[in-house]
Amino acid sequence: MLRSLNINPDKCTGCLQCEMACSFENEGVFNPAKSRIKIFTFHDEGRFVPYTCTQCDEAWCLHACPVEAIRMNRETGAMEILDSVCVGCKVCTIACPFGTVNYNQTTGKVIKCDLCGGDPQCAQACPTEAITYVDADATGLEKMRAWASKTDNQAHAN
Amino acid sequence: MTYVIVGSGPAGVVAAETICKLDPNGQVVMVGDEPDPPYSRMAIPYLLINNIDEQGTYLRKDPEHFGNAIKHVHGVAESVDAEAKTLILADGRKLDYEALLVSTGSRPILPPVPGIDGERVTTCWTLEDARKITATLKPDASVVLIGAGFIGCIILEALVSSGANLTVVEMGDRMVPRMLDETSGGLLKKWCQEKGVNVMTSAQVESIDHHSDKAVVKISNDRHVEAELVISAAGVRANADFLEGTEIELKNGAVAVDRYMCSSVPGIYAAGDAACGLDFSTSDYSVQAIQPTAVEHGRVAAANMVRHGSVLHQGCINMNVLDTIGLVSVSYGQWQGVEGGDHAALLDRDRFRYINLQFDGDTLVGANTLGITQHIGILRGLIQGQFKLGKWKQRLMDNPMQLMEAYLAATQGA
Amino acid sequence: MSWTRRILRVNLTEGSISEEPLNMEWADQYIGQRGLATRYFVEETDPTCDPLGPDNKLIFATGPLTGTMASTGGRYSVITKGPLTGAIACSNSGGFIGAELKSAGWDMVICEGRSPSPVMLHIVDDKVKLLPADDLWGKSVWDTDRLIHEKLHDPQIRIAAIGRSAEAGCLYAAIINDLHRAAGRSGVGTVMASKNLKAMAVRGTQGVGNIKDPKSFMQVTAEQKQVLAENAVTGQGLPAMGTQVLMNVINEIGALPTNNMREVQFKDANKISAEAMAEPRDSDGKPNLTTNAACFGCTIACGRISTIDKGHFTVENKPEYWGNSGGLEYEAAWALGADTGVGDLDALTYANFVCNEDGFDPISFGATVAAAMELFEEGVITTGQTDGMELRFGSAEALAWCAEKVASGEGFGADLGLGSKRLCEKYGRPELSMTVKGQEFPAYDPRGVQGMGLTYATSNRGACHLRSYTVASEVLGIPEKTDPLSVDGKAGLVKAFQDATAAVDSTGLCVFTTFAWSLDNIAPQVDAACEGGWTAEKLLEAGERIWNLERDYNMRAGLTGADDSLPKRLLKDAAKTGPAEGKVAGLDEMLPEYYQLRGWTPDGQLTAETRSRFGLPA
Repeated sequence: MLRSLNINPDKCTGCLQCEMACSFENEGVFNPAKSRIKIFTFHDEGRFVPYTCTQCDEAWCLHACPVEAIRMNRETGAMEILDSVCVGCKVCTIACPFGTVNYNQTTGKVIKCDLCGGDPQCAQACPTEAITYVDADATGLEKMRAWASKTDNQAHAN
Repeated sequence: MTYVIVGSGPAGVVAAETICKLDPNGQVVMVGDEPDPPYSRMAIPYLLINNIDEQGTYLRKDPEHFGNAIKHVHGVAESVDAEAKTLILADGRKLDYEALLVSTGSRPILPPVPGIDGERVTTCWTLEDARKITATLKPDASVVLIGAGFIGCIILEALVSSGANLTVVEMGDRMVPRMLDETSGGLLKKWCQEKGVNVMTSAQVESIDHHSDKAVVKISNDRHVEAELVISAAGVRANADFLEGTEIELKNGAVAVDRYMCSSVPGIYAAGDAACGLDFSTSDYSVQAIQPTAVEHGRVAAANMVRHGSVLHQGCINMNVLDTIGLVSVSYGQWQGVEGGDHAALLDRDRFRYINLQFDGDTLVGANTLGITQHIGILRGLIQGQFKLGKWKQRLMDNPMQLMEAYLAATQGA
Repeated sequence: MSWTRRILRVNLTEGSISEEPLNMEWADQYIGQRGLATRYFVEETDPTCDPLGPDNKLIFATGPLTGTMASTGGRYSVITKGPLTGAIACSNSGGFIGAELKSAGWDMVICEGRSPSPVMLHIVDDKVKLLPADDLWGKSVWDTDRLIHEKLHDPQIRIAAIGRSAEAGCLYAAIINDLHRAAGRSGVGTVMASKNLKAMAVRGTQGVGNIKDPKSFMQVTAEQKQVLAENAVTGQGLPAMGTQVLMNVINEIGALPTNNMREVQFKDANKISAEAMAEPRDSDGKPNLTTNAACFGCTIACGRISTIDKGHFTVENKPEYWGNSGGLEYEAAWALGADTGVGDLDALTYANFVCNEDGFDPISFGATVAAAMELFEEGVITTGQTDGMELRFGSAEALAWCAEKVASGEGFGADLGLGSKRLCEKYGRPELSMTVKGQEFPAYDPRGVQGMGLTYATSNRGACHLRSYTVASEVLGIPEKTDPLSVDGKAGLVKAFQDATAAVDSTGLCVFTTFAWSLDNIAPQVDAACEGGWTAEKLLEAGERIWNLERDYNMRAGLTGADDSLPKRLLKDAAKTGPAEGKVAGLDEMLPEYYQLRGWTPDGQLTAETRSRFGLPA
């Protein structure tokens, strides 16, 4: 059974432990600016919303890549960037309608959530269970998926 | 079922792969007119700066990728006999099909200038072109680039980093006039000038005189530039000439398709730069000539080639991302704005940052940005999702940088 | 080493910016943040300088754990000479800008001189610029924050700024970062204004690395987060109720200063408590409290996010106050509420919003209003001075009016901006000022919590609870319960808390962790991140060194042992109600022992021996 990140903004306190855990895992430093997960703060509303890639079935990023530098990890279901293949053309960054693929100016490559190979550090670090790693069926990504299918030019015929 | 795909760029390759998935017993023949394995033109700038080798440009890295399922044929399409359902190649070979996909892409247009066919002039389109440019570029070489469009801009870094003295001649009044508005196009010009590039806008090459050791490029208003290399990047047109005289209807020089990516002739489909397909933003049909559109076309066309009517094309959103000597510019959809719509812009000239959002009512319909890379794809999400922004429209009017917040509010009620 | 080892020096007079290496020898002795910045400050400034003159300096300093995954590792401190006290000022703040500064590659920013015109400091990693800020001068913190975000096109940029109160010379103006976190006390914002420095905007993209032993750091910080999560105060009380959990508790033990400390219990404490904040309002059915919120890296999340009822008289027809913002914490709720006798929760919240919006310390503000109310009731201040406003204890209207006046600095706001001491002196009744060294008291009455009397009297920055929070022991039993009404052993308790707190304040961590952590929990985290063999003993020694350094500075600045005192009201007027009824603050019984434990002379001066024991500058 594939697992995925389940995000519950109601529980988020905006502490950024997830951003630090993510950047530490991927960059070796505590650096929210390079985190694959991001907390958005709604000051007026008093709300914090963690946000990252949902590893969507449509995988716009993967399909948009001109050089096959994004592949699906069959064990985790994550779309992963192959750094050695990525040329840094940024087409995936504009193709992803969720805005979750970002260009890293320092390396000249793109970065995105890869579920840490199946042990997402953001979920590990979250002190309030606003981010958990659970069976994919239970993640409640329906809303996102629903609109995804609305604009889907890539629906599979079957 | 036998499928023939003419053209082995992204649209063709994705279509071939999609067909294999949907109809595992089908016969797929893919015809390409270049000797190399299918590769991406998007990657050529990175080849020019030596970030990757030629293999790094290949669309599929595994040499066995196409295996037995997809037969890759080298050849040039000459015409189609729609009646007989046969594709005729230049060397006389005939390929029978039950469904045909025209994914022949496009080719550079050479401006009608005396001397444009001289040996010091090249386009920058194919791997062969890239090899020629690499061989010629050396420090202090004088290079003239005709056209500051999409292609011109993405190869600027390679030309600058080679140490060449570079002059860019652009007919339009700014850089990349087809994807950037006056502000961002003008700012990009300033950026290039600060990087030592001689940029002439509203300028035309009038002639190229070839001498033994150099070419002399004559530019409007009595200007002359000597060049060891002239690169022509003055736009592209679809490779659809071979269909002239057939029943297949052409539009804007490309194959007119319906929302199943099917041409006026049943069984013949088109995708990518060779197709004049539905534009998401305008509901009109146009040639976008961009990579993501080619891929989407390829997938939709393939599905309908396997089972006609199975997938209705929702229209592609026109979008571009350009990295011009380190300055990233982006355009989406109706970046020029729509009649009666509002726009919200922020400009920081000193830091080369710019964002301009275009609204129709309280829906985002287009955008231009400069120097912004974080979460940029959300512009697509907002435009393609056609979200009613409600109170967030005013917040974006006040501060257009709050895009992610607006998106989350629209989708998650945050 | 988890220091970036780089200091940014900004000379505002010349408009020049330079970089220098961090003095690692000092770092080994003073850790970072509060301690290390004080070491720099002492080295570089004349203790007798005018706090608001160009010779004073203003240091923004992070600690070695700032910007790391250690829980609460997002703190920074502002070190300067305080205009309210004439003593060393050191204000600690959370939020996000401290970590951002560290992530930009800077341990510290030292601002010196005075800019000829308003400027803001813009830091993006190594790129540092002074930008003109004439257009921001005269704007509130909130407007400044918004305008800078718009101007710099960067939603992620973190901003610390001063508001109108600082510009108008309010002596307890704060530096507000991230809209509602504050380096709040002692007038550090006033110093910033005196330098014509409107704001600091920071974006850090380099991150914090250099962790000595990353693997054990991750392990030990994870273990210690677990300790916080399992502790009743840090795991349940603070996240659910915030520091406001204390309101009813402190009232019950008879230590809630009320009506300018005339009383020790407030009849309406339950109306302004954490419980009240969570209660749906009759008017709009929504509770005052929307949610809790964390500062950078904090797994406790004691912060309050609140709204005011749209129909409340303070915000009627003022939609700019209808959204959520930083809500009441205990000290603010006490100062704005109990000390002024106001039991209207939304009025307190409004005053708190205004304190954040225009950048002034709600503790000093509330206590100054309380003093003004007493002066008014005594007939010394009249409606002639207050445009007709009746400054009566319990008047929510008066509180809101005072907040608006201090924010703008207009009219009677200028008087209120003087702080309680100068206000009472101006009106000829200095004994009504509830201050030490010119700074107003916080929310614990020393008659009911005896240790806090000594805490206030000896605090190096004037009356303050955060220098030695003996309430933890005397009320909450952390680390062990002592009798709040007894003076026995309090000298040693205060010293231990002062030294430990000075160490914690120098690491980048929040002192609230010490409800669950001792230095034994903190040392392994510092040691895994930093070179230097950091043990609890070494931290404590550094803490004591820091305390003595601060004290030494104050003595050189002209303060004496006589300033380690309390107002007569606390020493002579016994508590009238509650468990402490009949008690006065027993300072005289504790102070000599305290001096002795400190190794100071009987009149509170450092000895040569003490100075050399800690290697303090001669």
